[in-house]
Amino acid sequence: MKNLETVNILFCGIGGQGVLKAAEVCGLAAMRQGYHVKKTEVHGMAQRGGSVESHIRFGSRVWSALIPQGKADYLVSFYPQEYERLKGFLKKRGISFMEELSQARILVKDPRYINTFLLGALSAHLSLTEDNWMAALETAFAGKGLQENRHAFLLGREGLK
Amino acid sequence: MEHAAGDRFEFLSGNEALAQGAYEAGLKVACAYPGTPSSEILEFLSRFKEVDSQWSVNEKVAFEVALAASIAGVRSLYASKQVGLNVAMDPLMTSAYTGVGAGFVVVSCDDPGIHSSQNEQDTRLFAKVAKVPLLEPSSPSEAKEFIQQAFQISEAFDTPVIVRMTTRISHTKENVAVGHRTECAVKEFKTDIAKYVMVPRNAYRKHIELEKKLIKLQAFSEKTSLNKVEPGTKSLGFLTAGVAYLYAKEMYPQASFLKLGMSFPFPEKKARGFAKKVKRLFVVEELEPFLEEQLSMRGIRAKAKHPSFRVGELRPEFLPQIVAGRPKGKELPASRKPVMCPGCLHRSVFWVLKKLKMTVTGDIGCYTLGALSPLESLHTCVCMGAGVTFFEGFRRAGLKNVVGVIGDSTFVHSGITGLVNLAYNKTKGVLIILDNGTTAMTGSQPHPAVGLTLGGEPTRQLDLKEVCLACGADNVDIIDPYDVRRAEALIRERMQQDALSVIIARSACRLLDRARAAIPVWRKENCKKCYLCLGIDCPAIRKTEEGLVAIDSAVCTGCNLCVEVCAFGALLKNEES
Repeated sequence: MKNLETVNILFCGIGGQGVLKAAEVCGLAAMRQGYHVKKTEVHGMAQRGGSVESHIRFGSRVWSALIPQGKADYLVSFYPQEYERLKGFLKKRGISFMEELSQARILVKDPRYINTFLLGALSAHLSLTEDNWMAALETAFAGKGLQENRHAFLLGREGLK
Repeated sequence: MEHAAGDRFEFLSGNEALAQGAYEAGLKVACAYPGTPSSEILEFLSRFKEVDSQWSVNEKVAFEVALAASIAGVRSLYASKQVGLNVAMDPLMTSAYTGVGAGFVVVSCDDPGIHSSQNEQDTRLFAKVAKVPLLEPSSPSEAKEFIQQAFQISEAFDTPVIVRMTTRISHTKENVAVGHRTECAVKEFKTDIAKYVMVPRNAYRKHIELEKKLIKLQAFSEKTSLNKVEPGTKSLGFLTAGVAYLYAKEMYPQASFLKLGMSFPFPEKKARGFAKKVKRLFVVEELEPFLEEQLSMRGIRAKAKHPSFRVGELRPEFLPQIVAGRPKGKELPASRKPVMCPGCLHRSVFWVLKKLKMTVTGDIGCYTLGALSPLESLHTCVCMGAGVTFFEGFRRAGLKNVVGVIGDSTFVHSGITGLVNLAYNKTKGVLIILDNGTTAMTGSQPHPAVGLTLGGEPTRQLDLKEVCLACGADNVDIIDPYDVRRAEALIRERMQQDALSVIIARSACRLLDRARAAIPVWRKENCKKCYLCLGIDCPAIRKTEEGLVAIDSAVCTGCNLCVEVCAFGALLKNEES
């Protein structure tokens, strides 16, 4: 595996916001780049409109799939109250995307693509190549809204440049 | 991570990796009843045509079909969540006596933290009770590797093998090396009455054999690479297994480790040797003090977690607290409560039951959410099938205004016997089957009353109405749950009769049928701001900051339950639809 100190990203929101999908794309992109990736979440009752969180960690070798509290480099929340609940996971000077979330709510007309917009915003901070992101989007959205998701992703990615 | 050249990597969950491993090991028959966090194992297996995979009616059935397939000569697998194994306990206990034919693996997925279960039981204790070997992978990659070893152990020692997964393995994804399937020759079935007919004389002999087998398994446990020492600093050592190993490794990477992949039978000598080599030894495990007891009964000294850590999921940041011998600190803030989907049929039924001030004996499924505030119209939930049998117990204790509710999949799983018991013992009253035509909570799996198999093929459809009549119900009505007035009138009518009545409230699960009707119209001038409409707990309706009522058009399905609830005509059906 490629040499890299573990990168920790916590995605959160509520059921139906595409939290798990966003984390999946991120995981696929990191895997394509040659890193060891772990991604964890819970399914079942928790998914029925309740809190949803997905932890993504990648680097040369990842042990725990859960990010230890206070160690997340990035906290990507799709729902303000969930940010409040989980902000204790963020390390000092860790990055959250609450401004981008407000921005997304204006720029992204269809709420279904807010998740990929924020993913784009996150991608601008990470060392993963655009090619790998595009390939990951293609795998995750094969035949289903790929164009729209690509567009939202790039919009989010460019927003911060 | 090290892998052979030419490996192809896929991003797989623990459940998927385990299924892939079983497939590569030549698995032929796989049986399960869905349950979080285990469901994806069979869903993943169903893509392989070489594997005969099925959703079984319940876990007991699944276990027996899979065990028998093994006895008849092909590698087989059973999978369920932790509480599912309770249902299959009967055949599990005796399968340790009969042993197997070809390899037979029992996969049980525990749910530490109770994310989606009714209790937090630890499958590892069952291995000891049933006297069968236990493997505990830590990660998806290990799940794939261990399942392949489990088949070999099963065949080498003529025993079922339990592979214990937990939510954080089942639902964690990582890079997993994917390989090719190796076919196994079918082992010809030979009549062997002494082995497969557990009458007292045979069973007694088999029990003696089983005790001898456990001694051999213990010797295997001492030498297998599943139980390995990872040398590190001598000042600190961890004896650990499952996800706990990863958390300890995360927080104390320099420490020495004895990582147990096979934790029962327990490798005593290995543990004793490891204990001698390190200055301070900690035993770290999730849930029950299983390893801790294995050590203490043998007089091997190790520091263990404070008992407060026996409850709930372990997390990496708990490790320093455990090492310091402290009790569990404050928990994470409570997560947002789950809620029934907008337009869900269960909401309508629970609204009627609430209006009728019924005591409701409940069961397991999405409809268990009917217990949550503000609906609070489901009053018991213990296990699968108990919506029916608790109803009978409540009636026998003299309660009158009581109904039982059970989902369609749950009814087929273990409600039918309860209904037979109701009829046989002359119980009267109303049982409601909440029939959304799927096993919704676990991810929309089909079941016998849906008429589709795991692979999506049409099959003989179980007719719920005919079943209920055959069980002895005096009458069975099928109703549209959205017609709440008719539902209410019918429940009232049936409650007054001296009869055993079943009402099937039937409408498709909103996760499967996404059809929408026009959303209701809110008339500000009629609204008395009583907010009764919020009492149905629908995600599509809310109070605005100005105290007005707002319907979210992106979420509302147009079921019009809120229209029924509003007494002042402030919410009106959209007649354009």
